[in-house]
Amino acid sequence: MRVGSRQDATAHYSAVERFPRYTMNIEIIMPQMGESVAEGTVVTWLKKVGQRVAKDEPLVAITTDKVDVEIPSPGAGVVSKILVHEGRAAPVGAVLAYISELAVAEEASAGGPIAAMASNITQAMPAVGSPGPRPEAWYSPSVLHLAEEHGVDLSQVRGTGPERRVTRKDILDFIGKEPSVTAASPRGDPQTSGPAVEDQIFPISHLRRTIAENMVRSKQTAPHVTQIHEVDVTRIAGYRETNKKAFSERTGINLTFLPFVVKATVDALQAHPLLNASYAHEGIVVRKAVNIGLAVALEDGLIVPVLRDADKKNFLTLAKESAHLAARAREKRLNPEEVQKGTFTVNNLGAFGALIGTPIIVQPQVGILGFGKVVKRPVVIDDTIAIRSMAYLCLSYDHRLIDGAYAGAFLNRVQANLEGFDVSIVE
Amino acid sequence: MEITYLEAIRQALWEEMDRDDQVFMLGQDIGVYGGAFKVTKGFLEKFGPERVIDTPLSESAIVGAAIGAALMGMRPVVEMQFADFISCAFDQVVNMAAKQHYRLGEPVPLVIRAPYGGGIHAGPYHSQSPEAWFFHVAGLKLVAPSTPRDAKGLLKAAIRDPNPVIYFEHKYLYRHIKGEVADGDDLVPIGKAEVKRPGSSVSVITYGAMVQQSLGAAEKLMPEGIDLEVVDLRTLQPLDMTTILASVEKTGRAMVVHEAPKTGGIGGDIAARLAEEAFHYLDAPILRVAAPHTPFPFSPVLEASYLPNADKIALKARELANF
Repeated sequence: MRVGSRQDATAHYSAVERFPRYTMNIEIIMPQMGESVAEGTVVTWLKKVGQRVAKDEPLVAITTDKVDVEIPSPGAGVVSKILVHEGRAAPVGAVLAYISELAVAEEASAGGPIAAMASNITQAMPAVGSPGPRPEAWYSPSVLHLAEEHGVDLSQVRGTGPERRVTRKDILDFIGKEPSVTAASPRGDPQTSGPAVEDQIFPISHLRRTIAENMVRSKQTAPHVTQIHEVDVTRIAGYRETNKKAFSERTGINLTFLPFVVKATVDALQAHPLLNASYAHEGIVVRKAVNIGLAVALEDGLIVPVLRDADKKNFLTLAKESAHLAARAREKRLNPEEVQKGTFTVNNLGAFGALIGTPIIVQPQVGILGFGKVVKRPVVIDDTIAIRSMAYLCLSYDHRLIDGAYAGAFLNRVQANLEGFDVSIVE
Repeated sequence: MEITYLEAIRQALWEEMDRDDQVFMLGQDIGVYGGAFKVTKGFLEKFGPERVIDTPLSESAIVGAAIGAALMGMRPVVEMQFADFISCAFDQVVNMAAKQHYRLGEPVPLVIRAPYGGGIHAGPYHSQSPEAWFFHVAGLKLVAPSTPRDAKGLLKAAIRDPNPVIYFEHKYLYRHIKGEVADGDDLVPIGKAEVKRPGSSVSVITYGAMVQQSLGAAEKLMPEGIDLEVVDLRTLQPLDMTTILASVEKTGRAMVVHEAPKTGGIGGDIAARLAEEAFHYLDAPILRVAAPHTPFPFSPVLEASYLPNADKIALKARELANF
């Protein structure tokens, strides 16, 4: 950029303007008020965060067991941070708050000496525009770097630093990751969580990152509880064994346990609608529709296509649609609307051999039912040992909304539906 | 067993003298008198006058003789009575010891013990921290332990190192701290820093007596939710940038603390390297806490005001954490 060009002058101007905004803060200290006084209590902040205060203007009311006083501000500026809030005590000498010295732009409008400097620049460069434009938000190198790395729109991040600056912690919270993960260093060092020299580093795919973010968000949002019931599916196993060949010939799809579980779950959700709901800001949203998400494993991740209006569909339709959704998911041919608006999720844990799992809830739903592998086991029935086809039903639920008794009743219903399987639901 | 920092140094010397008869010591009053701080008490009786040599008051001659012996394959350990007087041997250290390997291809396995640092009311000639004078010179290694374990392990590593090593031992720590030290060889590698306290808010990069003060600051800030990570450099030259960078990349906020004056101090170089190598990780300015640009004062009141301490470190660390 040529010296003396308009852009150059603008850059110079903003640098002049910006620098004093981040000079160090003035500390407000709990004063010594009487020789034996060791601490004081903040009664009222006469200025709140973000408010301007003049030098010697009353700033905070303090009470001790001897005196009540209003403490004047030691300097002019903006209250940038209050450390000791109203009603709290602090020892003598403790920092109660910080005041940032006035930003140049504000000084400028007040007509101080820097305003004169600014207006000189403006006169010299009449095309720059109106005098005293507000500087843009200021971001540290670390924040800019993280925003670029994670594709974050910084205007969406709430700043908690002085003058609402977006700190590195703010953006890490926003991304929902631990600092140690994102700051993983490419330099080898066994003492850190970063990769060692011999480790390989692969880029994180969009799918992987989406899964990671969703999982972290769900765990941070909902206190998960997983409750496990055992279910005897001998009758279904027997029906399946007898009919699977004919079913497959007739419909072109394999007869799996999944549609039986979905059917049993839909009925239980209708009886226990709080599990077909969301815990939202505006209240408890009980969903009218029953849309069942089905977790499908992919080569490089997983996706949850949604079986819409499962309560309005018969067994055969549920079986066909779930098979088609899973196939389309594996081929990555799902439409966006096919993965949206789920109200409850079923996860076939048994597909990969798991007996029991603790699934993570798909937000903003409040429950997810895992169905473990069906295995034959010796089971005591009426004091005799029988060989039965058994499986585990693992319900993770959001304890903000659902309690153990309610979850237990729901699971009992699913269990009863499966154990009392009647061939009439299939036909 | 828990021993003092001074005892750790004494044990390292004793065990290395015992292990290798090429190791010998030179210094003022180290033999008959047992050393100004009694580090070498009993050595003359055990190892004899050929290996525990009382020298004239000429630091240049002492270091010069030691360099000659080192070039001939010996392992001399020189005691400067006070690090302040090392300036009398400056030419021998920076032009001879540091450069002979480069010039002649002959290593100079020399250790100079430099008792340094203040806090002992000893005034301007017996309190200085002169490590920055040597930090600038290629060919020297500089170490500055903060604990008895590091004191023993680093001195042994220094004696076995083929390069000239200046071993900065802090006089205030001599009898002020105790710590666990393993019997026998527990070498601390030269060039490796150690995180003395892991934390998440601010990286405090420090060494020597300031490690304890930084740990004290960390305790003071704990109740405020400010969690300092204290990185003890242990070796000043070569700097362990891997450990420093890993810490700063984790916290995004760095301050360097040393007892030596801020102007031209090692902290400036570390801050510059962080700006060069960790710019994208920084979320706040790099701060330094160090002594002012004045001679070391004699008055105890001024000395207390001059030296950094846990309160001063906590004050700056809080500013940084709240940035």
